[in-house]
Amino acid sequence: MSRLVVRRLDAFYGDFQALFGISLEVDDGETVAIIGANGSGKSTFLKAVAGALPAARTAVELDGVAVGGRPAHELVDRGVTLVPEGRRIFPSLTVEENLRIGAYRARAGRWTLERVYAIFPRLAERRRQPGTNLSGGEQQMLAISRGLMANPRLLLIDEISLGLAPAVVKQLYDVLATVTAEGMTTVVVEQDVSQVLRIARRVFCFRKGAVSLFGRPDELSRSRIAAAYFGT
Amino acid sequence: MAWLDTIVQGLLLGGLYALFATGLSLIFGVMRIVNLAHGDFSILAAFLAVMLVDALALHWLLALALVVPAMALLGYVLQRTVLNRLLGRGILPPILVTFGLSIIIQNALLEAFSADSRRLNPGGIDTASLALGGGLAVGWFSLITLLVAIVVLTGLQIFIGRTQRGRAFRATADDQATAALMGIDPRGLYALAMALSLGIVAIAGVFLGVRTTFAFGSGPDRLLFAFEAVIIGGLGSLWGTLVGGAILGVAQTVGAKLSPGWGILTGHLVFLAVLLVRPQGLFARQRRLD
Repeated sequence: MSRLVVRRLDAFYGDFQALFGISLEVDDGETVAIIGANGSGKSTFLKAVAGALPAARTAVELDGVAVGGRPAHELVDRGVTLVPEGRRIFPSLTVEENLRIGAYRARAGRWTLERVYAIFPRLAERRRQPGTNLSGGEQQMLAISRGLMANPRLLLIDEISLGLAPAVVKQLYDVLATVTAEGMTTVVVEQDVSQVLRIARRVFCFRKGAVSLFGRPDELSRSRIAAAYFGT
Repeated sequence: MAWLDTIVQGLLLGGLYALFATGLSLIFGVMRIVNLAHGDFSILAAFLAVMLVDALALHWLLALALVVPAMALLGYVLQRTVLNRLLGRGILPPILVTFGLSIIIQNALLEAFSADSRRLNPGGIDTASLALGGGLAVGWFSLITLLVAIVVLTGLQIFIGRTQRGRAFRATADDQATAALMGIDPRGLYALAMALSLGIVAIAGVFLGVRTTFAFGSGPDRLLFAFEAVIIGGLGSLWGTLVGGAILGVAQTVGAKLSPGWGILTGHLVFLAVLLVRPQGLFARQRRLD
């Protein structure tokens, strides 16, 4: 059963077309990686699916229901949560308040404050501090946890590794691997290919707003990925 | 002693200014728009109270209890039907539309209530005073106004600081696009903010109407004082608004004491001095920019 079906999705910033007929499906419980160079349309794709950018109604289907173009806050209600690029922690809110605001729609599920604190003791220690006082890696932990607090059916994560040290990125992917192993349907966008291929069951490579390559990580050789990535 | 008395009167006047300023500050904080009709809404509320008092022979406090929810509802509907349409179109449309609303309200009030100055019948509370000893006395009504301002600010502080909806206000003020990704509908939130803003400014308008006379064109002055209180106190700081109102109030009463015509001018000069020395205001919240 497909959790997410995207059919010939186009997306625009004003007159500029950023996506050209993207089609892909994500199965229930599956982890999919989207890789590609800067400006290939990866983030645009997530934003269009999450309702942060306009999309045609039938271009995005969630559990068989056409939801394309619905506003972001409504899609959160339906179980789509985007962890945005650059983490976007709310500076006026403490660590704990950032987590609580993630649960704004109060969807039932296994993710609670207690569970997040059990997995990330570091966040529990600093729960009363402003969210932006945390280090970059901790802020990314907080951003992912805030997304989980929404108890989504489809978790979209944009550029986990952005601006973080490789060791920190590896830690974050270790945690993410345990989350996806529980059956969370996840789409991860990444420029840094090495970590994301470790947790993804399937990978799509975007180039210039279209899919240039897709398959299982073990079927795809490095040279094929490089060719799809850079267009050589 | 006369000077001490002047300063105390000024501090109490600050309570009224804080009531005017709070809603303005709230709307700017959450939506980043300046409601240029804010003062006119307060005068509209005062006229509504006069109408209720005249027509139904109500006590002004009872009229207040009816006018506040009515103005809050008006704020909600106004945001849903008009102001939400202006979102994401830059800073100019909200300025033009609220400026237009200001003109519409003033002319509608002129049409409905004529150009006569009006006042709410205070029923003696305006002249009753509390002797503090040493020849110092404060008016009960001024004291009540300040207490109401403190209660309103405390209530708002608890709402914004402790409740989930209050957190949504802060998150939206920080970053509206990301707040929407948390499931927060900005339009609904803005409508709630405008309801709160007009409900609070309705309290200010009715208290103004009991304290002094007002006419259809009294709004813009109120807007100016509210602005000055917000800027002196620092944007985004609720208690700063009260301090800003108090500083403005003291400046005006001290100026008026020096010479009767200098009150308003002294208030403006102190405001300009604060702008020069500390343009972010006295209690501006430290905000990290990532």
